[in-house]
Amino acid sequence: MSDGSKLQAALSAGQPVAGHRPWTRAVVSPALWHDLIQGLAGGTWSLLGFWGEPDAVHLALCEESSGTLGIASLACPDGQFPSVARRHPPAQRLERAIVDLFGLQASDAPDHRPWLDHGRWPLAYPLAETQGRRRELPPYAFLPVEGESLHQIPVGPVHAGIIEPGHFRFTANGEAVVRLEQRLGYVHKGIESLLRGASVERAARLIGRVSGDSTVAYALAFARAIEAATETEISDRAHWLRALMAELERLANHCGDFGAICNDAAFALMLAHCGVLREKVLRASAACFGHRLLMDCIVPGGVGADVSPEGEKALRELIAEFRRRFPPLIDLYDSTASLQDRTVSTGFVRPALIKQFGCGGVIGRAGGRAFDARRQPGYPPYDQLEFKVPVLADSDVNARVWVRIREVEQSLSLIEQLLNGLPAGPVRGALHRLEQAGEGVALVEGFRGDVLVWLRLNVDGTIARCHPRDPSWFQWPLLEAAIENNIVADFPLCNKSFNCSYSGHDL
Amino acid sequence: MALIDYLVQGGQMLLVLLLAPLLTGWVRWIKARLLRRRGPSPLQPYRDLLKLSRKDVVLAESASWLFRVAPYLIFAALWVAAALVPTFAGGLPFTWAADLIAIVALLGTARFFLALAGLDVGTSFGGIGSSREMMIASLAEPAMLMMVFTLSLLAGTTELSSVARFMLTADVGLRVSLALALLALVIVAIAENARIPVDNPATHLELTMVHEAMVLEYSGRHLALIELGSSLKLLLYLSLIASIFAPWGMATAGAGSGAYFQGLAIYIAKLALGGFLLALFESSIAKMRVFRVDQFLGAALMLGLLGALLLFVSRSL
Repeated sequence: MSDGSKLQAALSAGQPVAGHRPWTRAVVSPALWHDLIQGLAGGTWSLLGFWGEPDAVHLALCEESSGTLGIASLACPDGQFPSVARRHPPAQRLERAIVDLFGLQASDAPDHRPWLDHGRWPLAYPLAETQGRRRELPPYAFLPVEGESLHQIPVGPVHAGIIEPGHFRFTANGEAVVRLEQRLGYVHKGIESLLRGASVERAARLIGRVSGDSTVAYALAFARAIEAATETEISDRAHWLRALMAELERLANHCGDFGAICNDAAFALMLAHCGVLREKVLRASAACFGHRLLMDCIVPGGVGADVSPEGEKALRELIAEFRRRFPPLIDLYDSTASLQDRTVSTGFVRPALIKQFGCGGVIGRAGGRAFDARRQPGYPPYDQLEFKVPVLADSDVNARVWVRIREVEQSLSLIEQLLNGLPAGPVRGALHRLEQAGEGVALVEGFRGDVLVWLRLNVDGTIARCHPRDPSWFQWPLLEAAIENNIVADFPLCNKSFNCSYSGHDL
Repeated sequence: MALIDYLVQGGQMLLVLLLAPLLTGWVRWIKARLLRRRGPSPLQPYRDLLKLSRKDVVLAESASWLFRVAPYLIFAALWVAAALVPTFAGGLPFTWAADLIAIVALLGTARFFLALAGLDVGTSFGGIGSSREMMIASLAEPAMLMMVFTLSLLAGTTELSSVARFMLTADVGLRVSLALALLALVIVAIAENARIPVDNPATHLELTMVHEAMVLEYSGRHLALIELGSSLKLLLYLSLIASIFAPWGMATAGAGSGAYFQGLAIYIAKLALGGFLLALFESSIAKMRVFRVDQFLGAALMLGLLGALLLFVSRSL
């Protein structure tokens, strides 16, 4: 942590919590809380996460200029906290989710509508000390849109394709979209509730199922948070194998997204080719680690499976095949004018918004925000590997496609480096036993963006509280901005280029 | 007129009905193959139609009588239109009715009722589909008529069987205006049949649909009729292109059964080739933005217009 960190200075004015690792968590006064929100609104630091407990709220912040991360906690003895969203809109949905889950009230909040709770849960405020009965909620009031000859198009939550559920309310003037409002929360599964009191093994399995396509990223973030809380060091080989799995996941998903985006422009040829390549990644993963999606392969303390000589051979063949078959697909994308016509300049998101929302992943990097958790805060073994973080400025569908293409190339190179330099040693060790309750936090780069996991362990080693934050929380709102000034028929293309998670968001 | 002619005429009407699903299945099969998928058998559309016809009809509460009647009207109009186009034989008893303008009018009628049905249930997707369909139609229909004018200026008639006969005569030769008319007709055919790049018949994305959006609320036998109607329309356009621009091998009136069978085989080969080319084209291109469709169809209109104008400049162009 550099000396010039204003965030560190601000947090040190609060009471640091002992046993919270690796960043500082400080309990702050309402005045300091106010200052921190001021810093958020002023762009001094960006929002990394915002979550609750029955009697407190936590704000994870990231000061990008100095690379400092920190958590501020505010006690809410009377069940109230000053609204963050009032000053910093990116916190809006997280704040509404805190209200729904914990029953805490955000005073002076700009939006009092429930977010995750649709009035269909059997109980109210499921994570609060005392739960209420089912909330009787009025019909959800979508934001008003005024103007002549406007019409509404409700889409979802049940879609014609086999995708996750979410409701999109378009207000359009003919084909031009005037406003899009999302409504999510249909796949709320109560994961945070299930995590309370769970053993580390069960919690790891649960976390790996938050969002199936990001299972490696979630398992990695969880394992790193547990290891931080228990001060466990894992072997180098385990670090390298974890990175190998993470890059395989990124490779498979980026490749699948590339094809799926083109398919939404009715260019099915690309989907067919990319589908074949993605399948090869999954099969190589299965041959190497025993699971196609690498579910439960990363465990706290190391990894669950080592790579065999046959597995390594399968991966090297995969790399060779990818290097042979992927470049022609890039050429095909680049030289199909009808496809470029659809992607270039479609779904533009203002870089200022991306910065304000602290939007990570492909969407952030396609819009000039060079944030990658592998670099900042960084975690092993990426400090020993060579890779570029591709950043583009166009911030349209085409830029998001190109960032994915470049990241596929980087992942291929990383997988090769990882295989070449794989250190020897054990792959799994035991976790340290805790003398007292500990807290851990980790930020990991998944294929969608940075996944945050914060947790507190009980002395007996069970999970007291765990909060996973999906990157989609800061990406979904930008999709609403991306579709403005576009036409209704271009929404699927914009949406697919974002590819946000419903499951990870609704939790 | 001999009885045999009426039998052939009736046979042709049944033939288009029976062949239409196969053509749709064939195009889908080729597309699947081009994507290196195995794809369902070309016979799958028959099974789908059979399945749909056995299913119950689910009607929206807001559906009026129009919604229930429309599928029959659409199907009838399209079947008649498809049956009028000469397929394997010319000079049949009903050729006097096989007028290009009549066919355009029949297609327009079918589209009119489909758009009304899309609006009838009051869902937003139906409305979007109808509005887009009408935008496309308002551009495609004039282009189609310009193409008809070009042909009628050349052949001196709008009756298809005579046009086909005229095309077979030696003095047609290579003409610029005909090439322009062919191009215009192909563009119109792609747009009218809701194919890529104007629409995507295989999409699940409600917001991008045109034709599919209008029929989203249909189910059971109603949907079967509309699907069969769509297949007939595709067959109609391919037959139209074949009979005008490649009329070779068509049997003439009163020819023996041998000639009829030969004509039939050649006709099926033409359809197969047309379907193959369509699938190839669709696989090689992405769908265009909705607001670019007017440029695409505008080009067809201009081509048709140019073709007609050229004939006023010189009869030999």
